[in-house]
Formats: sequence, C-alpha cells, structure tokens
Amino acid sequence: MKNKIRKKQKVLIADDSEMNRSILADMLGEDFEIIEAVDGKQAVTMLQKYSVELSILLLDIVMPEMDGFEVLAMMNQYRWIEDVPVIMISAETSPSYIERAYELGVTDFVSRPFDELIVRRRVLNTIMLYAKQKKLVSLVSDQIYEKEKNSDLMVNILSHIVEFRNGESGLHVLHIQTITEMLLKKLVQITGQYRLSASDVSLIGKASALHDIGKIAIPDEVLNKPGRFTPEEYEQMKTHAAIGASMLEELPFYGEEPLVKIAYQICRWHHERYDGKGYPDGLKGEEIPISAQIVSLADVYDALTSKRVYKDAYSHEKAIQMIVNGECGVFNPILLECLQSIGENVRSELQVNSPNQHSQREIHNVTAEILRHEELGVSERTLRLLEHERTKFQFFSSLSQEIQFEYTTQPPMLSVYDWGTHQLGLNEIIMNPEEDEALIGVIGKDNLHQLTEKLHKTTPESPVTQFDCEIQINGSPRWSRIISRTMWFGEENPQCTGAIGKVVDIHEERLQMADLQHRASHDLLTGLMNHTYAKEYIQQRLKNRPDGNFALVIFDLDHFKQANDNYGHSFGDQVLQYVADKLSRSIRGEDVAARVGGDEFLIFLEYKTDLEAAIQRIFRTLTGEFNGFPISLSMGIAKTENSQNEYDVLFHRADQALYAVKRGGRGRYRYYDDSIKDTLSVISSID
Amino acid sequence: MTLQECYEAIGGSYEDVSGRLRKEALIRKFVLKFLDDPSYDTLCQAMESKNQEEAFRAAHTLKGVCQNLAFSRLYESSRDFTEQLRPGQDMQQVDAVLFARLKEDYRRTADAIRLLDPAEA
Repeated sequence: MKNKIRKKQKVLIADDSEMNRSILADMLGEDFEIIEAVDGKQAVTMLQKYSVELSILLLDIVMPEMDGFEVLAMMNQYRWIEDVPVIMISAETSPSYIERAYELGVTDFVSRPFDELIVRRRVLNTIMLYAKQKKLVSLVSDQIYEKEKNSDLMVNILSHIVEFRNGESGLHVLHIQTITEMLLKKLVQITGQYRLSASDVSLIGKASALHDIGKIAIPDEVLNKPGRFTPEEYEQMKTHAAIGASMLEELPFYGEEPLVKIAYQICRWHHERYDGKGYPDGLKGEEIPISAQIVSLADVYDALTSKRVYKDAYSHEKAIQMIVNGECGVFNPILLECLQSIGENVRSELQVNSPNQHSQREIHNVTAEILRHEELGVSERTLRLLEHERTKFQFFSSLSQEIQFEYTTQPPMLSVYDWGTHQLGLNEIIMNPEEDEALIGVIGKDNLHQLTEKLHKTTPESPVTQFDCEIQINGSPRWSRIISRTMWFGEENPQCTGAIGKVVDIHEERLQMADLQHRASHDLLTGLMNHTYAKEYIQQRLKNRPDGNFALVIFDLDHFKQANDNYGHSFGDQVLQYVADKLSRSIRGEDVAARVGGDEFLIFLEYKTDLEAAIQRIFRTLTGEFNGFPISLSMGIAKTENSQNEYDVLFHRADQALYAVKRGGRGRYRYYDDSIKDTLSVISSID
Repeated sequence: MTLQECYEAIGGSYEDVSGRLRKEALIRKFVLKFLDDPSYDTLCQAMESKNQEEAFRAAHTLKGVCQNLAFSRLYESSRDFTEQLRPGQDMQQVDAVLFARLKEDYRRTADAIRLLDPAEA
C-alpha cells in the first residue's frame, strides 16, 4: 500500500463481560482499532453506525438485552452480514448452537479459552477473505459497467462503417435510434400489448443502429448508385437484410446476448411490410417482431426527411403525409398513430440530438432501470457517492449550529447529528426511539407521542409538519419547534421510509408571548390577577362546577389612606405588595387572589365543609404589621350556596357584607346573610 | 505470593494461561482485574431474587472468564452450576451443594489473588 499512514481496521467486540472484551482488546489492539459493545443492542447500534467500516465482528452468544443470535438475525435482515464477517467467541460449544450460528452466516469460531496466536490468526484470515471477496465484487460490477460502455462503442463503430461507405453522414444511425426510442415510449404509453420494459426500450434503441450492417456485403457501385436500380441491382440490394441477420447469427461467442438477438430481428425484418408484401420472408402483421416494425418506420421517416444522393429532403409534414397515405409501404396502424402523436417533437429532438446528449439520455434510462431493481447490489461507485453526500451533509450540519436529525423506519432508528447530541445529551444513534428512555427524558412521552401522530398524518404531497413543545436542552427545558419532513419512496405506491428534520429554539419568542399574556391579565404592582381577568376565570370555574361550594371574599385594608399620607406613596405600594405576597402564599393552588383596585382585594376559594376555618386562617395570616404600620382588615364573604352561582350576585353580596363590617367598626369579617339584603355596598354600583 | 504460587493455591493452571496469553504482565493484569469482575456478585444477587435468566447469564460469564484465565477449579464449579440454571431447568431444584462449592471456590480464588505480590521486577 502506497499510503504509509494507513488507518487501522476496526474490530467490533460484542461481549457482556468486560474481562473478556479487554483480553481480546489486548490481543488485537496493536493491529486494529477496537470498538466495544456490552450487549447485543449496542452491537447493533455500532453496526448501524460504522457499517462497512467495520472489518469484523467478534460476537458472544449469551448476552443481555439482545443475544448473539438476535444480532445475527438483524445482520441478515439488513444484509450487514454480507459486508461484515462474524466470528463467534462464545463459551457455548454444543453442536446445536454452532450449527445455528453457521446457518446465520457466521464465518468462524474461536472457542474459550482465548489463545492469543489463534485469535489474531483467525481474525486476520477472516478479514483477508472478506476483503478479497469485496474486491472481486467491485471488480465485477466495474467490469459490467465497462462492458456496457464497450458494447455501445462497438455498435456505434460498426454502424458508422456502414454509413460512411454508404456516403451518409453518420447522423442516420443517431436519428434512427432517436426516432425508434420515441416511438417505443409512445407505444408503451398507448398499449400494454407488447410487454416492453425500460431495458427492452434501451436495447431496441441500441440494436436499431445495426439495421443496415448487411450493406457491408453490397458492392460499392450498387450501394452508391445515384440513379434508379435495375431489377437485378434491386434484388442484390435487398439481400442486405438477410446478410446482416446471418452475420449476427454466425457471431462465434455472443449469439445468446439479448442485444444480438434483437439486432438479428431488426436486420432481417426491417424491410417486411405489415401487409405481407415485404422482404426477405414476406412476414405479415404481428408475425413481424415489434422491434423490426418500429425500426422500419423510423428508417422510412428518416430517409424521407434526409437528403440522399438520389433525392432532396422532404419536410416533416410532407413525410408524415406520404407515410400515412401508404406511399412508402404499409405499417402497423398503432405505430402510425404513435408517429403522428410524437410528430411535433421528432423534429426538435433530431435537431438538437448531438451524440453527447444522446449518451446522457441513455444514462438517464439506465439509471431509471437500476432504481427499479432494488435487488441490484450497490456498487463501489454508489457507495462512494453516498459517502460524499454524507460528509457534505455532516459538514453543513455542524456549521449550522442547529439540532438536526434523521429517522428511518427500517430499522427504526433515529440519528442525531453532532451538534445536537451535545445539546440534548443523547447518543448519535438511537434504536427504537419510541421506547428509548433517554429520548423520552429529553422530549417527554406525551410530546413524543404527539409528534409521532403528526408525522403519521403527513402524505407524500404534504410531507412537512411542525410541532412546538418543551425540550430538555443542556439539561433545562426550552420551548422548541420541531420541523420535519417525511421521506417517501416509490412513485405508484409510495412508502414512508423515514423523516428528516431540525429543532428550532423558540424559547424567547414563546416567553415574550407568555409575558404579554401575563401582563394583560395581571396587576403590575402586586403580580396578582387583575379584576377583569379574575372575573372571567371565576365565571368559568362556576360554570364548570355548578354544584361546587365556593366562597367569594372581598377585603380592604383599614386606614390604608394613612399609610400613603404619613409615609408616602411608595411606602403605600410596599404595604400592598406585602399583603399581596402574604395573600398569595396563604391560598391553595386552585384558589384565586386578585387585586380589585386601590387597597381592595378579592379571594375566591372552594371548600368542602369547613369554610370558617379557612377564612379564619387567612384573616389571621394577613393581620399584623408592616414596618411599623399596623395591618388590619375588613372582610366580607359570600357563599355560592344561596346565590345561584352568579358572579355578579356573589360579588355584590360579599361587597354588602364588607360594607356592613365597615359600618360596624372594621377589623372584622362577616358573612352575607339575608338580614343585609337591602343595605349599601362599598364597590358595586347600586341598582 | 507469586503469580505461579497463586495459581497453585487456587487450583489453576499457570502453564496453560501463560501458553495462551504469553506475557506475565498481561496475565497479572487480568488476574487482578478478576476481583472487579461483577459476574459473581450478579450471580449471588440473581440467586437471591430468584431471577433465573440473569443468574444463568452471570454464571455463564463467570465460567467464560475463568476459562480464559485458566482458573480450572472455579471454572469447573461455575460450569457445573451454569448447567443447573440453563433455560428449561427448574430454578427451585438447583443443587445447593454445587452452589456452596462455587461460593467456596470463589472465596478461595479471590483471597489468593488479594495476597498476590506487587508486580515483580
């Protein structure tokens, strides 16, 4: 190897015993990079992560989470076993175990106790064996590609030889090929009668170039005669069809090649006529292979529209008219239909169709064909391309400072890219994410569930969805928006193969919104609810629980005016803040404390039986002093049980009770009862 | 106690282990490491809590480790006990004598390792 600083090959050791792993690591560490897995699940994660980078897997059988057999089963399912050889290192020696392991694709066994020489030798041998195999695979696939290229080249050279001898430009071959393919594609669209696959279309196109190779055997003076043929000359000229066919038939090695078989049909029968009056065999109708029928039509069209030694070029319209009128032979009506419907495009295709573009179109066809056959192995080239894309993606992803992820359904696996793993404290690869505890810890079970639901609702037409939730980022919750796009494969019956997405931080935005909402609904000085919001809230509670026991309490501070007058307004504000603070700490979570205005406050609470105890407790807690200012309350209370659950009624009654207290000497509380039904109130308007 | 003496005391085969692991320093390292290996404690806990699956795994691991270190006596008792716990066997019926022997062998092995001389020059 030219490169002296060669990267060490990676060995994955999967064994639940730390001791066994480190013995093996010591034995192999000099020559290999060791990666360890403590159970089967981790082994699968590592296989997913490193994939073909792993040169070998040393696998124990008896392990927690997922045992060695299950790992092998997954390796088979995802075809990793084809690229990563496995050596079993189990202490199990029973034949049934060993047999099952071999069946699942294990290459070799190393039995306990470990012997350094044996372990090293087995590992090296296995890696070398697999490396040879991999090299062979890539050699073969590259050769197939080469062969494809060569056969294309051969076809072109051969057909051009004929053309140059024929005094033609060489464009004829390309034209025929182009028209043939266009006709074929149209034909496939119109009817399923002929069962043509994309590779048939490609083969017929290629083979069409060979339609006139028989002309190589026609004497120059006949072939290039400017005037009309004598009957003898014409007979001689006609032999080119059969001659071309027999040239192909007699090819010593490639007679069975599909390309050669199709070329044979085309050579022999491209001068047959649909009515049976053509040559050399007088075949009629569908007896003539469709490949020959099409090339025949393409040949005639191109002959008409090109300049020849004996004639000028006809216009496209004229040529179509002559063909349809039957002036140049009899053709399959379906093919005439095809020619007419592609008519508009033929001219432009022929004009722009340089050889280079032609091969690009060819590549397009071949690619489409490869994509259709999923069972085709991935060639070395494809892997390189993939690797390139992956590196590119990871680079941009690391620059963007965003949390990005990718999810695949088969196997169910979530990959989080570099930066994101640090932010979230997650592993780069998470198998079965829906059950992964670390992930659930970060996003929350409910959120994960809702996100999954949203993704399930996407379609190939509208694959993008977003979801806002709180996520633990660097250990603290932040509002985030998860924008994801589901990935689909297949055109006719698309299958969801996974999703990609990123997480955008919307915490500040969200907090600002929350802050605005809070400001609109709360009193700025005390932080308690304002009256409007409290009213709405209480009405809702009353509506939701029509048979609950609630009490509405209104109180104000006795002689509060003096606090303002004697100590200044800012002291007055401090008193209000102090009371508000005590108040909010003396009520329970569901209860409401609000500032009605000035020094008037409101409490709304639910009780079961003993309201009096709660009222007493609140009253006592609030009564006292603040920096020398004595705090004393007057408080009025109204209960829902005799007020029909109407907020306004409740409020008015509490207010009336408060008024009664104030009149009776302050510093007390009292409940509303019918005896004060008609008295005045402090705050409410009198109606 | 030297490494050889230690192997003698616990009924192990120094010859075997040095044939396979080759370097004395390496063998010493792993022998000392044996004291940190959690399989034995796991086994005892699993026996207590009657978790057969875990007990089997732990005994199995212990067996493998002993085999690698050529602790022949402890290997044999852990091997025999592993068979008692293999899936399909009834945990209620394990042979108490075998478990006692395993415990005794483990204790002797661990004691001897603790008496090992610090690294010889």
